[in-house]
Amino acid sequence: MNNENQPTTSQAAIRAEGLTKTYGSGESTVYALRGVDLAVPHGEMVVLLGPSGSGKSTLLNILGGLDSPTEGRVFFDKDELTAFDDRHLTQFRREYVGFVFQFYNLIPSLTARENVALVTEIAHNPMTPEHALELVGLGKRMDHFPAQLSGGEQQRVAIARAIAKQPRVLLCDEPTGALDSKTGIVVLEAIARVNRELGTTTMVITHNAAIANMADRILSMADGQIQNIEQNAHPCAPAELTW
Amino acid sequence: MLEFLAPLDRKLLRDLWAIKGQALAIAVVIGCGVGMYLMSKGMLASLADTRAAYYERYRFADIWAPVKRAPDALLEQITELPGVRRAETRIRAGVILDVEGAAAPITGEIQSLPAIRGPHINDFVLRQGRYPDPLREDEVLALEAFAEAHQLEPGNHLYAILNGTKKKLTITGLVLSPEYVYAISPGEIVPDKKRFGVLWMNLDALANAFDLDGAFNEAVLLASPGENTDALLEQLDLLLKRYGATSAYGRDQQISDQFLTNEIQQLETMGRLLPPIFLLVAAFLLNVVIGRLVDTEREQIGLLKAFGYSNGAVAQHYLKMIGVITLLGVVIGIVLGLWLGHGLARMYMDYFKFPFLLFRAPPEVYLVGIGFSLVVAAVGTFGAVLRVLRLDPAVAMVPPPPPDYSRSARWLERMTRLIDQPSRMILRHLYRWPRRAAMTTIGIAMSMGLLIGSSFSLDAMMYMVDVSFNVIDRQDVTVNFVEPRNVRAIQDVLHAPGAMHAEPFRAIPVVLRNGTNSRREAIIGLQPNAELSRVVDTELRPVPLPGYGIVLSDKLAELLDIREGELLRLEVRTGRRPELDVEVSGIVKTYMGTAAYMDLEVMNRMLKDDIAISGTYLLVDPDRTDEFYQALKNTPVVAGVSLQEQAQDAFYDTLQESLGTFVFFNTLFAGLIALGVVYNSARISLSERGRELASLRVLGLTRGEVSYILLGELALLTLLALPLGALLGYLLAWTLVQSFNTELFRIPLIISPSTYGYAALVVLLSAAASGLLVHRRIQQLDLIAVLKTRE
Ligand SMILES: Nc1ncnc2c1ncn2[C@@H]1O[C@H](COP(=O)(O)OP(=O)(O)OP(=O)(O)O)[C@@H](O)[C@H]1O
Ligand SMILES: [Mg+2]
Repeated sequence: MNNENQPTTSQAAIRAEGLTKTYGSGESTVYALRGVDLAVPHGEMVVLLGPSGSGKSTLLNILGGLDSPTEGRVFFDKDELTAFDDRHLTQFRREYVGFVFQFYNLIPSLTARENVALVTEIAHNPMTPEHALELVGLGKRMDHFPAQLSGGEQQRVAIARAIAKQPRVLLCDEPTGALDSKTGIVVLEAIARVNRELGTTTMVITHNAAIANMADRILSMADGQIQNIEQNAHPCAPAELTW
Repeated sequence: MLEFLAPLDRKLLRDLWAIKGQALAIAVVIGCGVGMYLMSKGMLASLADTRAAYYERYRFADIWAPVKRAPDALLEQITELPGVRRAETRIRAGVILDVEGAAAPITGEIQSLPAIRGPHINDFVLRQGRYPDPLREDEVLALEAFAEAHQLEPGNHLYAILNGTKKKLTITGLVLSPEYVYAISPGEIVPDKKRFGVLWMNLDALANAFDLDGAFNEAVLLASPGENTDALLEQLDLLLKRYGATSAYGRDQQISDQFLTNEIQQLETMGRLLPPIFLLVAAFLLNVVIGRLVDTEREQIGLLKAFGYSNGAVAQHYLKMIGVITLLGVVIGIVLGLWLGHGLARMYMDYFKFPFLLFRAPPEVYLVGIGFSLVVAAVGTFGAVLRVLRLDPAVAMVPPPPPDYSRSARWLERMTRLIDQPSRMILRHLYRWPRRAAMTTIGIAMSMGLLIGSSFSLDAMMYMVDVSFNVIDRQDVTVNFVEPRNVRAIQDVLHAPGAMHAEPFRAIPVVLRNGTNSRREAIIGLQPNAELSRVVDTELRPVPLPGYGIVLSDKLAELLDIREGELLRLEVRTGRRPELDVEVSGIVKTYMGTAAYMDLEVMNRMLKDDIAISGTYLLVDPDRTDEFYQALKNTPVVAGVSLQEQAQDAFYDTLQESLGTFVFFNTLFAGLIALGVVYNSARISLSERGRELASLRVLGLTRGEVSYILLGELALLTLLALPLGALLGYLLAWTLVQSFNTELFRIPLIISPSTYGYAALVVLLSAAASGLLVHRRIQQLDLIAVLKTRE
């Protein structure tokens, strides 16, 4: 692993303090998060595990500036995300965060290259769309529309789109959820490569415990809280994973 | 609250609630169509029924036969003519009236009143006061509208110049008459209550004043039901020829009834032309909204079918939704129609003096309105419902692949190379869904067309008035003499204070014949190079009258089916009553009436008269008009005056009031259409592409940038719609011009640039308003919820 300078909590890329998220009020209050404290060091690959409804997506969305907590604070480097207004949050996502979701969310009217260009056009220090697509192994399919790509290919375009701006963090919510294992591994390889080569702090949500083996750190969530944090001294390459 | 409903019906209500804005927009457009239809058809029926009832009850004449002077004994012969149900004789003459407080002299008519009660034919409604005492020579009844306009009540006085003698008269009662529903002095086109008065006076007194003891100057007749009046008119002319008949005429040439018919015709056109536009747009909106709904609910429909709901049951679910929207539209339409109808009836009561005018649409109008809405709904949603029926559950359960944009045209690709990704999305989207883009454009264009088509009439009328008053008739005052006089009479008029310039004219009653077409007209004789009242061609250049033949207005030539250079049979109905053929020496453009002109000298030669004139056109010193009017009021030889400025003012007032209201409502309706179309298109795009837009927001695009993708597309379509709308507006205006082409007036096809601009502005504002509504929705886009689900 290239984590030579093992970061301390104060140097964390993402830091959360006492995050609580509730929906509704009174009798029908739903607790999605119940006081989550967290620090993710620079350049780490973190996998989030946990049963359905445990609050994984909620946490990830809050960390990525898509959603805001009911209580608690989120820091990104030295900036406090929770103090940002909507305009700043948008700006934040635009510059620093790459998202990948289970359902690719590509723009059907744009080709693979254009989907990536959509982001590089508005970012500060992007790589070229071509480079981003090369990174995920799609150098030959750049001018194809989403309708002409397989699910795995579409997901890789989504990853290319997420990393093309050279984000500080890459947040993936069940990126392999809709894919078979072989395709899933190709997608995970793309993510691992970005993490390794660009040093992008990466968080991946998954239901698949086997995937956790590729992480530096494994967070297990249950019932809106982080149950367990596990360091993985020897992350393995995605190709070695089986499920 | 919904517990007792079947699950599908609960879904129905929630779905409807979810698209409430769009459903309301559609319902309102349907409502406008139904309301417009109900109003125009209802008003049409109300006017026609009221007219029929009024005419029936007060025995409105079928035929008028004016003569110079005929003995009372002739009545018996008239009555015995075949086809005559009943006949009456009377005295009717033009008078100049003078009312306290009115500066200008007033043109009016006076009619004889039989010794006992009112006349049988053309009876009137006594609204206030009493009949004149049969023994009094100075008591009269007055037309209610005129009296009210001058605040005259029973017991008040006014002056009239009767056959050259000024007389003080006392009003004893106010009446309404079927002969003056539209009370207008001859030769004008809008009624002016203040400037046209009608009086009824005891027969003996009136006969005395006009030297018509034992004689009459007009017979009025009721024809037997089903009688061909043409034959009767011929017979009457034959019988009355010796007594100076100018030619009998029927209701179609009775001026008040002519205007009523004209109005009814306009209502008919409106009812035929405008509601279909609204319903067409409604069909289009339903098509888009329901079609889209069915497409997004594909999987749900498949699921329902897989669970065992029958095709019919599922289709019924959507039909119910369509039904609810349509029904809502019908209800809005009926409320709107009744409201507009009652308003219109109230407005009409100001122009058309009926004793009663109730807005009541007959049941079939409601039925047809509802029926049309249902047909429109069915046509608009047929395709979508068919898709529901045909949907194979197995296929429906497989989620659709992302829409394929790969077949984008090469030219488009070349073009898009230069632009940014969001603009590229807009263009590809338009290219991918061309039909929808076209429909939206057409919908917006229709609203603009409707605006132009309804607003242009103001432009056209203004133009018509301008041409009529400032190009054709440039005199300040027209004076009609009691009898034709020698041309030297001009000098007398010019002696009046303030009179600056005078030009003579002569009007003679004639019957014009060309083959089987014949027309009762007055020919105006003018000096060949007249400066005041002129003859102009289509380019509005004054046309000098040729020294031979007759010049016809285009409408008259059309009615007589005659062309320049052909011979026209002319039967003069005055003086020696010569009958001769004259050449049509020219055809000129007119917007009002059906005029015919001759060189005054040629006319007098033809009549074998000395140079005689019927009146003069005058220019009056604007600073001395009051003095001039005062002199005119005391001039015994004057039988009538018409004052250009006041006529023009009356015209503008009427325009502003009636057309203004009409244009206001059409602007409102057209705005609603534009709003409905743009809002619906935007909402549909939003719900279809919400996921796409939310993804963009996640990627860090700002709200403005995301709005641009959706609203930019609509802005583009709206801009595309503008030229198309202008074209549609022109076509609609053209159609209206064709159908408003009547004997009374023709509307020129004049659309001012400001009308185009105004229509474009209303459309742009409506589009902007709906854009804003949708923009607010984009602001509230729930990013997380969208990303959680697949579609
Ligand atoms: N909009 C909402 N309204 C109410 N409750 C919500 C809402 N969104 C999430 N929740 C609740 O918050 C809790 C956490 O949701 P979250 O989506 O974070 O779970 P998750 O761990 O991602 O589950 P999964 O693995 O199934 O995706 C759940 O109990 C869910 O029901
Ligand atoms: Mg989740």
